[in-house]
Amino acid sequence: MAASIVQLHDIRKTYQMGLVTVEALRGVSIDIHAAEYVSIMGPSGCGKSTLLNLLGCLDRPSSGRYVLGSEDISQLDDNALSGVRGTRLGFIFQSYNLIQQLTVVENIEVPLYYQGWPEAESRGLAKDVAIRVGLADRLDHRPYELSGGQQQRVAIARALVNDPLIILADEPTGNLDSSSGVEILRIFDELNGQGKTIILVTHDPGVAHHSSRTIRLRDGLIESDVKNGK
Amino acid sequence: MNSSPSPRIAAATARPVPQRFLNSLAPARLGRTLRLAIKSLWLHRLRSLLTVLGIVFGVCSVIAMLAIGEGASFEAQEQIKNLGSQNVILRSIKPPEEQKVSEKGSENYVLQYGLSYTDIRSIRSTISGVTILVPSRIMHEYVWNISRRVDSDIVGTVPWYPAMRNHRVASGRFFSDADMETSASVCVLGADTAQALFPLDSPLGRDVRVGGDYYRVIGVMEPRGKAVKPDETQSGAKATAQEMFIPLETAKTRYGEVLMKFRSGSFSAERVQLHEVTLKVASREEVLQVAEAVKAVLKHHHKKKDYEVVVPLELLRRAERTKQIFNIVLGSIAAISLLVGGIGIMNIMLATVTERTREIGIRRALGAKRRDIITQFLVEAVMLSGVGGLFGVALGITIPLAVTWFAAMKTIITFWSPVIAFSISGLVGVAFGLYPALRAASMDPVEALRHE
Repeated sequence: MAASIVQLHDIRKTYQMGLVTVEALRGVSIDIHAAEYVSIMGPSGCGKSTLLNLLGCLDRPSSGRYVLGSEDISQLDDNALSGVRGTRLGFIFQSYNLIQQLTVVENIEVPLYYQGWPEAESRGLAKDVAIRVGLADRLDHRPYELSGGQQQRVAIARALVNDPLIILADEPTGNLDSSSGVEILRIFDELNGQGKTIILVTHDPGVAHHSSRTIRLRDGLIESDVKNGK
Repeated sequence: MNSSPSPRIAAATARPVPQRFLNSLAPARLGRTLRLAIKSLWLHRLRSLLTVLGIVFGVCSVIAMLAIGEGASFEAQEQIKNLGSQNVILRSIKPPEEQKVSEKGSENYVLQYGLSYTDIRSIRSTISGVTILVPSRIMHEYVWNISRRVDSDIVGTVPWYPAMRNHRVASGRFFSDADMETSASVCVLGADTAQALFPLDSPLGRDVRVGGDYYRVIGVMEPRGKAVKPDETQSGAKATAQEMFIPLETAKTRYGEVLMKFRSGSFSAERVQLHEVTLKVASREEVLQVAEAVKAVLKHHHKKKDYEVVVPLELLRRAERTKQIFNIVLGSIAAISLLVGGIGIMNIMLATVTERTREIGIRRALGAKRRDIITQFLVEAVMLSGVGGLFGVALGITIPLAVTWFAAMKTIITFWSPVIAFSISGLVGVAFGLYPALRAASMDPVEALRHE
């Protein structure tokens, strides 16, 4: 039995939109173990983005407990949450979200920069990771000089560089053609094979099929939570 | 496929991440923080340049105007200092009501006014701080060299006049005590007078004629006041005072005490014993008190106000006060121009923050704290204003040099004006960059990431 790495207990999130109160999450409890590969699915408006933001410490729940590793995250302040994001989490976005004025290596270095790594060390590590995701000949290129698949690989390298507890991916193949998408998913498989915990949001069943467990949300509640026979 | 990741990814990244919370301004990161700012500003070169211009002109105008003002006031002060800051100068002046009487037509009326030897004696006996006295008589006559003529002041004075009035002899010598005792017929020409009478050769050893008397030229004075070039004096100046110095004793014996003048048929005579007396006060601190005491003594002896007391130190003080006012006015102009420059920076930084909302979101997601975001944008703002300040200083130093070169005006760049102007430009960057930076930092990361 692998140790529990993410524990959500009765998480609720409500937004005040003008006069209307929107309940995005209405009591979600999930337990995720180390080295699991979880996909979160559901129709738009079901609360999966909200859930991902909460998991990513970009937002705080209105109520409920979130334990990441062994730390209760739900009560941390803004500064501490930034620290958690920088050290325990890796983000991969649908639109890559690379910083345009920085080169590939510099983009990968960003999380280390905010942790105060000395430049020489962080540069070396960023290069290593970039080479390992197959960007050896693109180190000094700018994001706009790369294809979509290459940009997403930069984003993956950036998510890996700080050796996070979990990797959070939001529709990572959404903007890619199918062959690039397949390649990205293969990298995910490989990472998971090496023991990385991955949580991936998608509405593509083909993508969800790669994962070992699929959680379906509907109207802010968990509709189903099944292990994929793999 | 070469793009497939090797199984060593995990191995490479399995190193523990050191928990080092360094501030973005710590020396280890400062270099990178600055480089990042340069990159972002360089991305919008033209915009950055235009933003910087406001500060450039603000800083440059402060330095240039201060330099020109400083130069002008320095010249004024030099002129006053030439009168001697430890001196008190007494002058005889024709009282206005007497002037009317003489005009009424009493041709034989001899006008009597001004300072007398008695005044000098009583000043010397009653006031202690006064050391040397330079009495002088001033007559207005034509001075001739053969057929050349100059309308000049003939100043009868004492041998220590040059030392007292900071007016040095350029060539030859001033007259001596011996010349004084023997009432020698010698003279020292003012620079302008010498130039006008002897344009081509040295006047030393030559004779000049005043009325029926000849005087041997034994020296020529340095030009007074402005350091004007010799070629400019001729065109520029009838207004500049032509002077010729003769020993006081000589003046007394030649002219007596009554001066007679023939002017367009009428005739007037004045009796003035001394036209000008220079008192030297032992120490600078006592100058104003001595001046007051002298005024009191003279007031006691004179019924009419037929004299004036000029205190160069007082003039100097007044000039300094004028300069202070000038500086305050300049300061306000500078403050306004820097304010405008600062608003320009704030405007652009606000636009930049909005434009880079997504970048801010990304950075926040990757672990940037609010403080890191504030630092990033603040450094950019300060860099804009700092670079503007540097260019402003360069331009501000060049302009006064150009003014001196082309307009022959004296300018003085003090060490402090560029330093202060530059540091103020830096402060402007902080002051006007702070609000946009705070705004950037207060963004909600989720909202910022969603921003298109």
